[in-house]
Amino acid sequence: MNWRSISVVYRKELIDSLRDRRTIISMIVIPVLVMPLLSIGMGGAAVKLATKAAKEIPEVMVLGGEDSPKLMVALKKSDALKIVPPRADFTNQIADKVVRAAVKIPAGFDRAVERGERTAVPIYYYEGEMKSQMGAERLEQFFRTLRDTTVRERLQARSLPADLIRPFDFSRQNVAPPQKVSGNLIGALIPYFVILLCLTGAMYPAMDLAAGEKERGTIETLLCSPVARSDLVLGKFLLVFTASIATAVFSLCSMGATFAFAKSFLISGAAKQSAILSLSISAKSLFAFFVMMLPLAVLFSAAQFAIALFAKSFREAQSYLGPLMMVVILPAVGGLMPGVELNAGLALIPVLNTSLVSKEIFTGTFHWGYLALIFSSSCVYAALALAAAVAMFKRESVLFRA
Amino acid sequence: MIEARQLAKAFRDRKRGEIRAVDAVSFRCAPGQIYGLLGVNGAGKTTCLRMLATILQPTGGSATVAGHDIASAPEKVRANVGFLSTATALYGRLTAKEMVQYFGRLHGLPEDVLARRLDEIFASLDMNEFRDRRCDKLSTGMKQKVSIARTLIHDPPVMIFDEPTLGLDVLTARTIVEFIRQCRERGKTVIFSTHVMSEVERLCDVIGLIHGGRLRAEGTLPQLRERSGAQHLEDVFIKLVENTGQQP
Repeated sequence: MNWRSISVVYRKELIDSLRDRRTIISMIVIPVLVMPLLSIGMGGAAVKLATKAAKEIPEVMVLGGEDSPKLMVALKKSDALKIVPPRADFTNQIADKVVRAAVKIPAGFDRAVERGERTAVPIYYYEGEMKSQMGAERLEQFFRTLRDTTVRERLQARSLPADLIRPFDFSRQNVAPPQKVSGNLIGALIPYFVILLCLTGAMYPAMDLAAGEKERGTIETLLCSPVARSDLVLGKFLLVFTASIATAVFSLCSMGATFAFAKSFLISGAAKQSAILSLSISAKSLFAFFVMMLPLAVLFSAAQFAIALFAKSFREAQSYLGPLMMVVILPAVGGLMPGVELNAGLALIPVLNTSLVSKEIFTGTFHWGYLALIFSSSCVYAALALAAAVAMFKRESVLFRA
Repeated sequence: MIEARQLAKAFRDRKRGEIRAVDAVSFRCAPGQIYGLLGVNGAGKTTCLRMLATILQPTGGSATVAGHDIASAPEKVRANVGFLSTATALYGRLTAKEMVQYFGRLHGLPEDVLARRLDEIFASLDMNEFRDRRCDKLSTGMKQKVSIARTLIHDPPVMIFDEPTLGLDVLTARTIVEFIRQCRERGKTVIFSTHVMSEVERLCDVIGLIHGGRLRAEGTLPQLRERSGAQHLEDVFIKLVENTGQQP
């Protein structure tokens, strides 16, 4: 291994890549500008839509109730609901979003309540449709209030205290420090994003430096040089690795800045006190996370370079590397799943192991045994991928694939 | 000096089985001499030259280039060879100067030597006007000059040209032909492949006729004319290839 030659190849690839508009877009412009704009824009739009939906008075259909005038008057008087005339095809009306929800008043409701007979009121809504769910919740709230009032009146009529049906209270008390609360939320999300960014950051340079070089016909020129092929691969690999890490670092910085901006200027009042916004990540956690991500970035860079090297053209490389996204997303999502906890077996599964251990790192939990196992297993995978890339670069059938 | 001994290259093809692209080719080329490898497309010229430049590994035979064995010391061979073909493209996003500097550094030249060599070559090839222009903005002729500068930067004693004028206009091709002649004058060992008969007639001291991966005949132009009984090189080529093709 000749470090001088590796450094010559690396510096040339760096200059070459920094002059390529597509590299700049994928490595800097997208993470630094597009992602924050998208997250602020989409987040703002989501908050606006949710606020608008919450302010809307839902139109609901009341079916039956002709023999229960007391209930009907109360329903019509409610400020939280807008009653529309009933129709037989009320389910279609809900599905078509003409009305948000419907309620069927059983025959003789008022009379049953007066007599103290138990009766059930079905509420119809469309699962998964936010405004329909809100309409159903308003109806539920109305009937809950009505039930409480009825209970209070019955107790009063029997001269019994209101506390009779509420003998004691209970409440939840959070014992997790704020770091753990935010760590659990952020700890699951950050590794997921960083893993994907490391992968996508390496994708374009890997294609450009391997398949692109073959397509442009410069590979033969390069092979004329006296530098060992393993050194050529290492120089090129280091550039792909740099792009992978740079994309992740730029993205994290930009996400952090966006977060700080959103917290300072966009979110007001009590919302600032919520757990997710009282984010505090220790320097130790950040450092440990960075160290754990390094072998994964090596793995992604080397694997993508080796795959792209096999392709004859840029386009062919794209078709090979596209599906790789799915292979990485699935284990990365594993870290977001509730209830999936790190064990010795999972510690050997690439990507998933880093995703899970990062979640623990951000909550301030350091299982040194697992950290060592995951780091070393990731290093082994990374070394294998790098060896594969070197082996591919030495194969004539790959370099001169007809 | 280039010496090939029974050099062979076989490829495996799923449909066609084993293909012998180069089959037991032997020849010698001395310093100050231009050896012309003449053959039709697919004759095995490129494969043969790529093996000599150690871009491909032979499956049989051996060769020494500038005193180094192509199989056991490929890096030393490449350090002593300048290889130019139409397939050796330039990095479009580098300038002409950066392109040549890059290869000088890959050849391990110290920075002061590199700077001096670069100035000399750029002046002699009249390249200073576009030295800081990106390669993708250069004309074909300018690109060829950059390629020539790239092959010369480490001052190799052996030059290998694989169909260097293919697809070039008359003026650019003339620059290349002139450059090859200058290499001989400087005492370099030159091997040159082409299917253009006129270039062979104008340039080569020794001609090797390659067909179907095998060297069918070898000699100076007068020797080949005598052996074939034909005057024009085209007729010489066809007669000798046909005659030897009957006894492979």
